[in-house]
Amino acid sequence: MKMFRLLALLPFLAMLVGIPFVNRVTPYVLGLPFILFWIVMCVVVTSVIMGIIYKLDPINKGGEAE
Amino acid sequence: MSFALLEIAAFLLISLYLGIRARQGRKMNLEQWTVGGRGFGSLLVFLLMAGEIYTTFTFLGGSGWAYGKGGPTFYILCYGALAYIMSYWMLPAVWRYAKKNNLMSQSDFFVHKYNSPVLGLLVAVVGVIAMVPYLVLQLKGLGSIVSEVSYGSISPTVAVWIGVIVVTIYVMISGIHGSAWTAVLKDSMILLIVVFLGIYLPFHYYGGYQNMFSAIAQAKPGFLTLPAKGLSVSWFISTVVLTALGFYMWPHSFASSYAAKNERVFRKNAIVLPLYQLVLLFVFFAGFAAVLQIPKLANGDLSLLRLAKMTFAPWFVGLIGAAGILTALVPGSMLLMASSTIVAKNIYQVFAPSTSEEQVAKIARLLVPVVALVAVYFTFNSGAAIVVLLLAGYSLVTQIFPAFIFSLLKNNFVTKFGAFAGILAGVLTVTYITVTNSSVGSLFPALPQAVKDLNVGIVAMIVNLVVLAAVSLLTGGLASKSERDLGRFGTAK
Repeated sequence: MKMFRLLALLPFLAMLVGIPFVNRVTPYVLGLPFILFWIVMCVVVTSVIMGIIYKLDPINKGGEAE
Repeated sequence: MSFALLEIAAFLLISLYLGIRARQGRKMNLEQWTVGGRGFGSLLVFLLMAGEIYTTFTFLGGSGWAYGKGGPTFYILCYGALAYIMSYWMLPAVWRYAKKNNLMSQSDFFVHKYNSPVLGLLVAVVGVIAMVPYLVLQLKGLGSIVSEVSYGSISPTVAVWIGVIVVTIYVMISGIHGSAWTAVLKDSMILLIVVFLGIYLPFHYYGGYQNMFSAIAQAKPGFLTLPAKGLSVSWFISTVVLTALGFYMWPHSFASSYAAKNERVFRKNAIVLPLYQLVLLFVFFAGFAAVLQIPKLANGDLSLLRLAKMTFAPWFVGLIGAAGILTALVPGSMLLMASSTIVAKNIYQVFAPSTSEEQVAKIARLLVPVVALVAVYFTFNSGAAIVVLLLAGYSLVTQIFPAFIFSLLKNNFVTKFGAFAGILAGVLTVTYITVTNSSVGSLFPALPQAVKDLNVGIVAMIVNLVVLAAVSLLTGGLASKSERDLGRFGTAK
């Protein structure tokens, strides 16, 4: 088990475990109710994390050929 | 003849042209027709996979939920993101196995993994039962979009027929190539239109997002968050988990992964797809903008189109309609193709084993108009049964997940009997729950509220897992290890 893979758990924790703590309208962030801002942020972070995993994963090194 | 109609006609013709041209003189054997000869690069696979998110359900239903239900709508953003994370590891494994064994459909995967055409048959039947109502939903959406944006001058009936004919023609001719090329048109249109609407409407009517949301929060306290009961926090979490697991279990999504030319395609797409999903946010904004502008709509699914008609000139409404129609055509084409392939290969061929591969390919293409007609029939005559199936579709395909995920393990303890019994038990439970309109609360009234609000699909999943494990342990001795190894040799090509 390579440690960087654990990063992929963060969005699960943030969206599933986090949601009871962010179920509120205020404060507004970027004009969004807080719960919506939180979810949007999680989605953006998901993309960033998958980018990091892609970079660190040795399986993606080398050419396109299989 | 209004300008809006001309626009819609133009986009239909362009789709038809792209769909037919996509064939590019290829000889269409089953592998070319249904999985694109396994030669699609990142962009086309991206569009096929993204095609599953932007259906009429998201276009009409996403704004409809924002309009009618508010905060609970946000679950739609979550399950896709989580499914994409899993896809990074899951889809390359599926793709490798499919390529090695020359698989064409989702059912093929189970036939080979469990060495059981009967299990493949069950998965095929479940898939088709879930897909046909989904196709019906797309057609119904298409009908109401056209009749809305044509200001009633084209009836839904005519619109459905025209749409079905277009999609049937290009699916028969070009197969998945047609879906991919029309998806290019669809995604560029929908991206421009939806982002524009999601920015313009809130600023036009409220002067900005925060103004809009605080006006809604003031008029309807609690609307923007999850309620304490019903669509509550526990509903949210359980629904996100279940839909994330079921996401790739739709036969057309599952099999579209076979079209990739290499496995890195999926790992790259797992980076971009979550971000791309945020386009849905703009669909929600349009639905929220309608909340205070056109209250008391009987059918919330029309909120986006109604507000657009109130705001823009007919020529622009026509463009919105054209984009909406594309959201029905592209997923519709994938559903048609996957259903026809499955019926030919995993149902017909099981009963007529002497059918050659060329014949299967021919039958699959001839089935396209048949499946299309069945869908049209249900679109015009949807009795109670089809509504039930619509509600149950996602839960039905999710029942395939346990047998699937265990089959990826190196040492899978699940036997073909266990997989079969688990899926069957899960599907029967889903059917019972849907027919009786049960919830966890009505099944177990004594439980605390948080448990009562759990998505009732959880119950079916638990039944599925228990039966799957019990039957596998009981039958584990039946198929001795050497026999299973033999089976593996038998299927490897």
